[in-house]
This record gives sequence, C-alpha cells and structure tokens, in this order.
Amino acid sequence: MSIFQYAPAPESRAVVDIKESYGLFVNGEFTSGAGTAFKTVNPATEEVLAEVAEADASDVDRAVKAARKAYDKVWGPMPGRERAKYLYRIARIIQERSRELAVLETLDNGKPIKEARDVDVPTVAAHFFYYAGWADKLEHSGYGTTPLGVAGQVIPWNFPLLMLAWKVAPALACGNTVVLKPAETTPLTALLFAEICQQADLPPGVVNILTGAGETGRAIVEHPGVDKVAFTGSTDVGKAIARAVAGTDKKVTLELGGKAANIVFDDAPMDQAVEGIVNGIFFNQGHVCCAGSRLLVQESVADEVLERLKRRMATLRLGDPLDKNTDVGAINSAAQLARIRELSEAGEAEGAERWSAPCELPTSGYWFAPTLFTGVSQAHRIAREEIFGPVLSVLTFRTPSEAVEKANNTPYGLSAGIWTEKGSRILDVAGRLRAGVVWANTFNKFDPTSPFGGYKESGYGREGGRHGLAAYLKGGQA
Amino acid sequence: MSNRIDVRKTYKLFIGGAFPRSESGYSYVVDDHKGTFVANAALASRKDARDAVVAARKAFGGWSGRTAYNRAQILYRVAEVMEDRRPQFVQAVQQSEGLSASKADKVVDAAVDRLVWYAGWADKLAQVVGNANPVAGPFFNLSTPEPTGVVAVLAPEESSLLGLVSVIAPVIVSGNTAVVVSSYSRPLPAVNLAEVLATSDLPGGVVNILTGRAATIAPWLASHMDVNAIDLTGIAGDAALAADLEVAAADNLKRVRRAPAAEPDWSEDPGLEPMTSFLEIKTVWHPMGV
Amino acid sequence: MPTTSTPGVGWDLSDVTRSDAALRRFLHGLPGVDQVGAEARAAALGTRSIKTTAKEQALDLAIRMVDLTTLEGQDTPGKVRALASKAMRPDPTDPTCPATAAVCVYPDLVGVAKDTLGDSGVNIAAVATAFPSGRAARDIKLADTRDAVEAGADEIDMVIDRGAFLSGRYLEVFEEIVAVKEACTQGERSAHLKVIFETGELQTYDNVRRASWLAMMAGGHFIKTSTGKVQPAATLPVTMIMLEAVRDYRLATGQMVGVKPAGGIRTAKDAIKYLVMVNEVAGPDWLDPDWFRFGASTLLNDLLMQRTKMRTGRYSGPDYVTLD
Repeated sequence: MSIFQYAPAPESRAVVDIKESYGLFVNGEFTSGAGTAFKTVNPATEEVLAEVAEADASDVDRAVKAARKAYDKVWGPMPGRERAKYLYRIARIIQERSRELAVLETLDNGKPIKEARDVDVPTVAAHFFYYAGWADKLEHSGYGTTPLGVAGQVIPWNFPLLMLAWKVAPALACGNTVVLKPAETTPLTALLFAEICQQADLPPGVVNILTGAGETGRAIVEHPGVDKVAFTGSTDVGKAIARAVAGTDKKVTLELGGKAANIVFDDAPMDQAVEGIVNGIFFNQGHVCCAGSRLLVQESVADEVLERLKRRMATLRLGDPLDKNTDVGAINSAAQLARIRELSEAGEAEGAERWSAPCELPTSGYWFAPTLFTGVSQAHRIAREEIFGPVLSVLTFRTPSEAVEKANNTPYGLSAGIWTEKGSRILDVAGRLRAGVVWANTFNKFDPTSPFGGYKESGYGREGGRHGLAAYLKGGQA
Repeated sequence: MSNRIDVRKTYKLFIGGAFPRSESGYSYVVDDHKGTFVANAALASRKDARDAVVAARKAFGGWSGRTAYNRAQILYRVAEVMEDRRPQFVQAVQQSEGLSASKADKVVDAAVDRLVWYAGWADKLAQVVGNANPVAGPFFNLSTPEPTGVVAVLAPEESSLLGLVSVIAPVIVSGNTAVVVSSYSRPLPAVNLAEVLATSDLPGGVVNILTGRAATIAPWLASHMDVNAIDLTGIAGDAALAADLEVAAADNLKRVRRAPAAEPDWSEDPGLEPMTSFLEIKTVWHPMGV
Repeated sequence: MPTTSTPGVGWDLSDVTRSDAALRRFLHGLPGVDQVGAEARAAALGTRSIKTTAKEQALDLAIRMVDLTTLEGQDTPGKVRALASKAMRPDPTDPTCPATAAVCVYPDLVGVAKDTLGDSGVNIAAVATAFPSGRAARDIKLADTRDAVEAGADEIDMVIDRGAFLSGRYLEVFEEIVAVKEACTQGERSAHLKVIFETGELQTYDNVRRASWLAMMAGGHFIKTSTGKVQPAATLPVTMIMLEAVRDYRLATGQMVGVKPAGGIRTAKDAIKYLVMVNEVAGPDWLDPDWFRFGASTLLNDLLMQRTKMRTGRYSGPDYVTLD
C-alpha cells in the first residue's frame, strides 16, 4: 500500500475523564467496597487505567437489600408509564454521551473504536429505547405483568456495555430491580452507566453495580434475596450456576458459549459470503459467543473461497484500537491470549494447517493475528472447543444434509450462518439447524427487537424482542 | 409593562410541513370558552384538503419506509418538544376548554404520556399483531402488519389536545400519513401541535392539519379516491353525517373507523384498535426445501 | 463444475462469446450479489478516516484522476476552451496543483479542446455512440466514434445498448462493443475505449456484474458507471461491484481494466471514499489515472478548496476557485 498509507487517525482520549479509583454503586451512591481493590488495564498497551473496588459478601448483601427496598417501595409499585420514562431518559443520555462511552469501552476492552462507536453504543441506546416502550404495555407481552423481584446479573467482558443493556433494560422495564456485576477486566463503562443513572434521577437502589471477580459473582448468584439470576459467560460457569440454584425458587437464564457453523454453499453470493466469514470470526477479535468460528464450505468451492478469504484477511488492519481505521483490536487479557495460543498450538499438533494474515503486532499489549486452520475435522479440538479469539477452523461438506449434520454435531447451539442464493434452501436448512439464531446471507446482526439465545449447552432463555420479556416476568418461565 | 402591545399570532393551516393560509382566503372567528374573541383561524376549503392529501401521499413512501426505531424516536421527540412547551399547551387547553389550571395541567400530562405510549408501539406492533403461521405443508409463512396509506382523521370536537393526540399518533406510528380536520370550535391546541410537529424531525406531509368544519371538509375526504382510510371520531353523535360519509367512503372501500355515539373517555387505555384499524396484514409464503 | 463461479486462472473465455446462449449461461452463472451485504461493505469502507499526509496525497491523486466534463446541449467553443484551460491549470494561484487526467466533451467539440490543450498531457475523452441514450442504428454509432477519433480524441466513452441488455440480447451488446473498439483505431490514431453501463437503468447489482464481464471480454479498456444524465448515477456500492469485477478479471486473465464512476460525485470527501474503495477492493495498482477516473465537473472545485485548506489551514470559499 505504498501510494496510500492511511496516516494514523486516532480518536482523542480527552473526551473521557477516568478517575484514579472507583467505588461500588449501591443505593444510588458510590461507596467503598470491603473487598480487595484491583486494577483494570488497557489491553492494547498494558497501561493501568484505574483501580476498582471489590465487593465482598457484605457488600453484596447491602446491594441486594437496597434493591429489595427499591423494589418493594418504589419501583415495584410505580406505574409502567413512569418506569418507561426513566428508561427513555437513560436511552437519551446514552445517545448524548455516546462518544465518551465508545472511547471508554475501547480503552477498557481493546475493541476497535470503529466498532464501539458504530455498533456497541448505538445498540445499547436502542436497547434501552426499545424496552422503555414495553414498560407500559406488558399486558400485551404474552407473559403477564408481574415482575420477579430482585435480579442478580453477571455479565462478560466481550461487549461490556451492550451486555449490561441486554440485562438491565428488560429487567427494569418489567419492574424488577437489579444488582449487576461487570467483568473484572472491563468494569469502567458499567461505572459510567451508574453515573448516567444518577443523571437520569433513577430512584436509588433500582440499579446497583458491584465490581469484582468470580467470588463476587458467586455471592450475588447465591444470595437468598435474589429472585432471578441472569448470566452471560462460559458454559462451565453457567453449569455451576445451574447447580447452585437447584432446589431454590430462583429463576435462571443463561447465555453461554458457542461454536457456530458458518455454512457456505456453492451458489453463495461469493463476495458477500467472504465478508460474512470475516465478520463472523474477526469482528470483535472473535470474542463473540455467536462467532462463526467453524467455516463449513461446500467442497466444490472450497479452494475459491479460501483464496478470496486469505486475500481479504490480508487487508484487515490490526493495531491501536483508538485508531479509527483499525479493524482488529487487542485481545482482552493475558489470560485470554494464553488460551487462544494454547488452542492454536493444539490445532497444529493435531495436524491442521495454519495460516495467519500478515500483520505487524505491536510490542506491548495482547495481540493475536487473524488466523485460519484448514484441513480441520470434527474430531479436532479446534472444531469442538470455543476458542473465543480470531481463529477460524475450516471444514468442508458435500451435501446440504451433511452440512446440517456437521453444524449440529456439537454440544453448543447458539447461532449459525447460511450462505446461498436459493431461498427455499435457506428456509429448509434454517429449519433443521439446532441453533437459537440463524443468519442467512448475513452475520452478527443484532437488534433490540430480535430475540437472541441458544439451544443445548449454549444456555436457555432469550434476550431481545418480546420473547426477551419472559425472563423477567412471572408468567414467563417456570 | 401594561403599555406593551402583544404581537398576536396568525393561525394558519399545516400542510406538507409548511404553514399556508387557506387558498380560499376565508377565516373564521375563534372564541375562548367564555365567548371572548381569541383569533381568526384559517377556514380550510376542499382545495386545501385536496392539497393536504397530495402532501400526505407524497410523504407516505418515505415515512413508511423508515425503520420502526426511527419512527419511535421521532414520536418520542414530539413528546419531548411538547413537554418543553408545556405552559403554552396548558394555556391553550384552558382557553379552549375552560378547564382550571390544574385540570389543564393534567390534560397536558396525559397528552405527553399518550405520545410516549404510542412512540413505544412503533417497533412492537409487528411482534404483537404479526406472526409466523404453522401451515400444513413445507412452507415458511409469515404475516406482518403494514400501514394502509393516507388516512383522513376527524379530530374530536371537545377534547382539543388529548383527544387530538389520541387520534393522530396511532395512525402515524405504523407508517401511515394523516390529513387531520381539527376541532372547529377549539382549534388552537391543534395549531400549537402543528408547530411542535414541524420542529420534531417529523417529515413534512406526514401529518397535515386543517382547521375548519368537519361537515364541509369531511365529504371531500370521504369521497377522495386517493385516501385509504377515514376516522370519523370527530363527528361523534352525528349519525346522519356519519352514515353519508360511510357511503361515500365505500367508493374505494376505504377502511372506516366509525363515529361513536359520544366522544370516548380519552383517559382510558386506548388498546390496539386505533392502530390496527389502519393496518393491512401481508402474508408471505415461501417453500422450504434444498 | 460448480453451480456459480467466478472464472479462475486458466479459464478459456473465448467459448463463452460464441453464441448468445453460451454468453447468457456464463453471465448468469457468475455468483450473485447480495444487495444488503454489498451496500454494507461499501458503507463500512466509507468510514475510513483519511487525514494529514494521506489526505494530501489522496487529494492530489483525485485531481489527477478527474475527467473534467461538459456535456450539455448549450456547450460552445468558448465553454470548451475555458474548461480545457482549467483542466491544464486547475488552481491559478498554485502552480504545484496537478492537471486533471482529461477533459470530456461531445465529439463535435473535440477539435476545439485539442487546439487549447495541445501537448499539455491532458487527454481528450469524447462521448460517442448516440450518447447518452444509445438509441441509434449501429452504423450511426460507428460513424460517431470514427468522427471523434479523427478529430483527435484520445479516449472514447461509449454507451451500451441498455434496451438490448435488459431484453437479454447479450451477444448483440458484446458485438457492438467489439465493433466500436475497432472503430477507435483510425489509421495511426488509436483511442482507448470506456464502456458506459448506465447503472441507474440496469438497476440490479447482478446486472452490473454481468455487464462488467461482458464489457471486459469485449475488450473495453475501462468500464464506466453512468452518463450523468440519469439518476442515480455513480454510487459507492455500484462502483465496488465493478472494482470486484476488474479484480477478478485480472486474476482470471492477467489483464487490467480501468474503472470510472461518473455523475453525482460532488465532494472531496466522496472522492476519497472512492479511493479507499479502490485501494481495498481492487488493490493499489488501480490507484493511478491510467486505471481509475472520476467523471465530474463540480468535484474539481471542492478538491481544490480542500487542497487549499490543507495548505493554508483556513477554510476556502467559492470566490477563490474559478467557475470554469
């Protein structure tokens, strides 16, 4: 690219005011945590961004009590049309502070600013906007109008603010109050959200944000004062939660891992399919539960697809997440990078052939070049285990039935992609795939009106749309 | 202080996003509830109605083509702007309907909240009144609601703000465009509303407001072959006129929302009917097979 | 053989143009274009941020790629002389500003342009073949072409017969392009041929992809989006489809073909978006006036104003650029 080097186009950090240290947000105020404070780091540079409090069991207890009081006295009795207006306020403030939120998300998470700005933050605002409109219409939901009470919510690090929106918006719209724990590597946008709740004059105790790690999460999930548990994260932890609530009255929804098949037929719209493959696994550095991490390509077009794919991958720009031209950002943490490396080495050891897009990795921070493995079979670890990184495993198939079989041959069942110009095939294959979200001739599309969630070990319950209300109303689930 | 002469407002029509006078040049006297002169309002003619239908038809493609999310945002913005101009609306309602300040206040509260309620329907209607159909065969079958087109609306005579908002919002939230005949004796809140609509990112022509007599204008709208539906709420109680209009509407089988015997209690939950009356359900079949 | 496929290396394309049926099978066997996906990619490429040195280079390159155009019934020799002067020296206050690639005029004014341009290096492109409608008998179109070449045109911008294309007479369209290309060589003069599709009339991206392959196989040097007389004219997604086509054509045959979006490109910001698309879709080899052109008139002034702003740090205004 010698004629046209894009000069650095960095988004300014000046819009964000990151404090040196943060407390917990309980009952409408920031307070100190009784646990051991920890640091959150910018994964692109390894620079410390802030110190964050840890909530211990006593803090969790305080927060749950505050949420219970707010539920009993304020939020529960409040008419839906008034709850709605709080949520609309929050949606508007998110729109107003969108640049600040996008920059903060990029600094704390490592994702490219282009994605935080164009995907994450607008979808967050839209989520609050959508659910605000349900608060006064629950009689049309199909699930009754009675909320569950206090919701304990634990979210992951891959889409920190968006995952918060997916949890908080429907919970509040239905009349519940929440105690939410953001991931320990990405607490900052949740804490800024707490400020936004204050700006919106949200009654104290309706939203409580507790920072911490696994122990804090466990304490929230197991607290007897929590009526509803909502978790997004790994399948292993999801199973532990399912065990922990056994024998109690707690309702649970889980949104867990995936190993989605992206199926490309010989009559796919080829250029768009290549974009869809790239988007499916390299968007957000592959840190996506519904990532199209297994490419199932029809054997007759496999060579052509791979050639085009490699050519396209070579134009991906990896680097400073704050640079507006960056396509691929940093891996979220050293631990995640180690896991990606370990599984990639396993892939090579098991005989798959590895190819990475040529790119220069910065010397500090956590980075992994977009990579694909060919010659992968269903038995390989890299075809079965969720890598949660920018690594694509390529397998082939001969017939539609074989594609469906291979796609379904996994304990996961979150999402899938189908690429073909034939409408009836899309509908037939979609009907046979055991996956909660099927994308045809597109991928990684999210909308607040569209339900999202998995079959099998990808979890249970749906987030988004009318069906997303079921998780937060008594008439919604057993 | 008391020597200052105020600059009185001219009350014009609202067509295609602009504020023209009536092409007829006519106006009529508007008094407040005590009988005191307030203003001369434009008296809409059949030609104004014709122009409004043209504007509404022109705006329909764009308005119905926007995402539901976008329409929701715009309706919410209308609520924001109305809330921001609360004192003006409270005064207009008091003046028109003779309510006390606190009652007028509650009316404005309810009107804003009603707008917010409807805003939230834009991206949910399809989920509540649309659905997949489990036909007995290998077919994907989906029913979705679509807006019917240009809707003529006779706004209520008495409830000059809350009733007005309650007949306009359900029409446009799903993508229809509207030609509205306001209350004849109480047109001022409608004119204020027009100003709010003009500054809320609502595209011109989506809502057109004609101040004038329903009995004069409505027959032209009811018989107009480029109007898809008509809401007769504004002539509640006038059974004879309502029947005539329904006969005229039959010429192109307009969808008719009939005139009630009396104006309803606008504070009640409207339910889905004001929206579904102006929706078409489209059902699409597609085979499923490799 | 797969259901649909793009020709790969070594495919023999001469078979394909032997009959209308063969040509149709080939063109309809190319992979389809998903409209939503294509438009999303084009929009995403439009979010690239090009600043400082990259922007300076891009502006100069864009200026050098402009075919400065006047195609109006009311064109006169005076108008064409002014246009040609501007093409040679776009910014009278700054001699470092490069000249444009060409001027583009109706054939009967080629002589006037030639007199003004001399051997300045700015080419003369003439529209021909009953531009813009393309509705005339074959021999009239060929005479139109020959006329322009003899008068001194370096490049011919022809229009395809959209009526024939849309009614499926692909071979007819193909043969017409071949004939016009032949007519571009008159004695010692040989003009380059650009083939205009009028993408606004072809409507679908699938049609644009097919027209691209058809024109390239017929020997066009450049494929061009529009006449500028029909809306929509050039758009980013349509140009992207054509860039994909030239990229794939080179992979299959080794031959490069140029791309020219024309009409509706008004701002420097737009032009830079096109350059980003060229860079990332076809590749940097196409970032040269020999392989990419802008058919434009008002665009040039916006490029000049942006260039001035980069030089002086101040926003410029219309008084500081010439009208023509």
